[in-house]
Amino acid sequence: MNLGTQSSQLAISVTDLTKVYGERAALSHATFSVPLGTVCGFVGPNGSGKTTTIRMLLGLISPTGGTGTVLSHAISEPEKYLPRVGAMIEGPAFYPALSGRENLRVLASLGGFDQGIVDQLLERVGLGDRGGSKFKTYSLGMKQRLGIAAALLPNPKLLVLDEPTNGLDPNGIHEVRSLIKDLAADGTSVFVSSHLLSEIEMICEYLVMLREGKVIFSGKTGDLLSAQQPILVAKPEYEVDLNKLVDIVKKSGHEVTVEDGSAHVTSPADWSATLNRLAFEAGITLASLTCVLPTLEETFFEMTGDSQ
Amino acid sequence: MINVIRAEMRKLRRPTLLLSTMAIVTLLTVLFTFLTFWRVGNPDGNGRRGEIVTAQFLSTPHGLVYGFNIVAFLLGIVALCIFASQTAQEYTYGTLRNLLVRQPARMKILGGKYISMVLFAILMVLLSLISSIAMAYALAGHAHVNTTSWTTSAGMTALATALGNVLMSVAGFGTVGMILGLLFRSPISAIASGVIWFLILENILAGLVTSTARWLPGQNLTNLTTGQNFTFSYQHSLIVSALYLVGSGAVVALLFKRRDVAN
Repeated sequence: MNLGTQSSQLAISVTDLTKVYGERAALSHATFSVPLGTVCGFVGPNGSGKTTTIRMLLGLISPTGGTGTVLSHAISEPEKYLPRVGAMIEGPAFYPALSGRENLRVLASLGGFDQGIVDQLLERVGLGDRGGSKFKTYSLGMKQRLGIAAALLPNPKLLVLDEPTNGLDPNGIHEVRSLIKDLAADGTSVFVSSHLLSEIEMICEYLVMLREGKVIFSGKTGDLLSAQQPILVAKPEYEVDLNKLVDIVKKSGHEVTVEDGSAHVTSPADWSATLNRLAFEAGITLASLTCVLPTLEETFFEMTGDSQ
Repeated sequence: MINVIRAEMRKLRRPTLLLSTMAIVTLLTVLFTFLTFWRVGNPDGNGRRGEIVTAQFLSTPHGLVYGFNIVAFLLGIVALCIFASQTAQEYTYGTLRNLLVRQPARMKILGGKYISMVLFAILMVLLSLISSIAMAYALAGHAHVNTTSWTTSAGMTALATALGNVLMSVAGFGTVGMILGLLFRSPISAIASGVIWFLILENILAGLVTSTARWLPGQNLTNLTTGQNFTFSYQHSLIVSALYLVGSGAVVALLFKRRDVAN
């Protein structure tokens, strides 16, 4: 995708990025861009190459081919951009025998950050009262919060989060969503992978979608969803009319399925008026007729070929 | 590099590691020094490999550090375990990726980690030396050992030489531990292979084919602690140990620099 933006306005840009292990391509010629200051979702089925991509962006693994930049610096020179990048990769990893606070202090020392920020971050992620407890005593949700706190240590310009809501309760998920929105409002670019596509749909204005190591979409989330064919859901007043209604739709050349006593018709939104008229002419009263745009989750399953 | 050392020291000073290591080191040193002085001149032996150490020998300038010298090999094994576990656990905990995101210069990570663990080993060796000296003075009367020569300039030279040699040997064993940790990326495998090799396999090999002893890393590192030698020279041990450590260290450093961090 060409976003029509210069490199300096991009948080992430990769071209033909490839990683091959033996004969298997974990990522194949991936090309996408993430503009600065946006929240970009990174989605794909398990094994599609998300974590491999993230690791290459963070300088942890070397690409087999292709190029990339993060905050306008080549990914071959991670020392130039990582001081301004916060990351949580494949779940939180810390020293079990150290407290949450001490774990953050280790990373703060390493990055040369002010130790005073540690307690502020613990408060921010809701661990203020448990910062002194050993990491091994934390619940999964608490570990996840500590991972997010660690990612925020450098006051990042780019935040890379791999499944940040894993293990969080609904309240925690809501808090992470708010946190990401706040960071984006402050100008932080966020690149977030998640299996919770409803969350991604809610917070991400950009999207990169992978399948089997290949980018199958990158661009604005709205563009992806609006390009999808809407579904007209027509429910007859009497269920005995359902088969008759299905026949009418089929004769009109549209695809139709029956779910929960309603006909689900794949058609342009403006065909709803025609459907209503055809049903009326056939003596069928529609109890409801709604135009539904597919959700990101439905679009994802359709594009990745995964069954729900 | 200084940031890496600061970060590593935070991990090394955790009470469970620091206190337990120092307790083990003190206990071993006190035990070995105690046995040397308590069983002084015992015909069944009271020294290294069944040697009979007399009160006369313990009254020489070298007597003060004899107990310290004989425990040095075990200090080396403790150092090997600590260096190996502290290095390999970064892989098993998955924390290496955090370290490399915060400090992408891999050689700085490696160098800082090594220096901080050497500092930890120095603390361990100093504590052992102090414990051994305290025990030697405490039991000198019982063993009829004359301590006058211990505080002479010859005694101080013997003490400084022993300290330097033991530090070198312990750091050498620790380096082997770090190398094994980087190779195996698992604390259990790294420690097990190191301990089995140094405690069992090397001794069997050196016992079966005596000519091999002069080329075995553990035999040479242990020989450094005595500052003298019975079968091969101190200089030989110094050179062989340095060759082993620098050679294998360079290989694993290169591996660490280039290897993908995928866990």
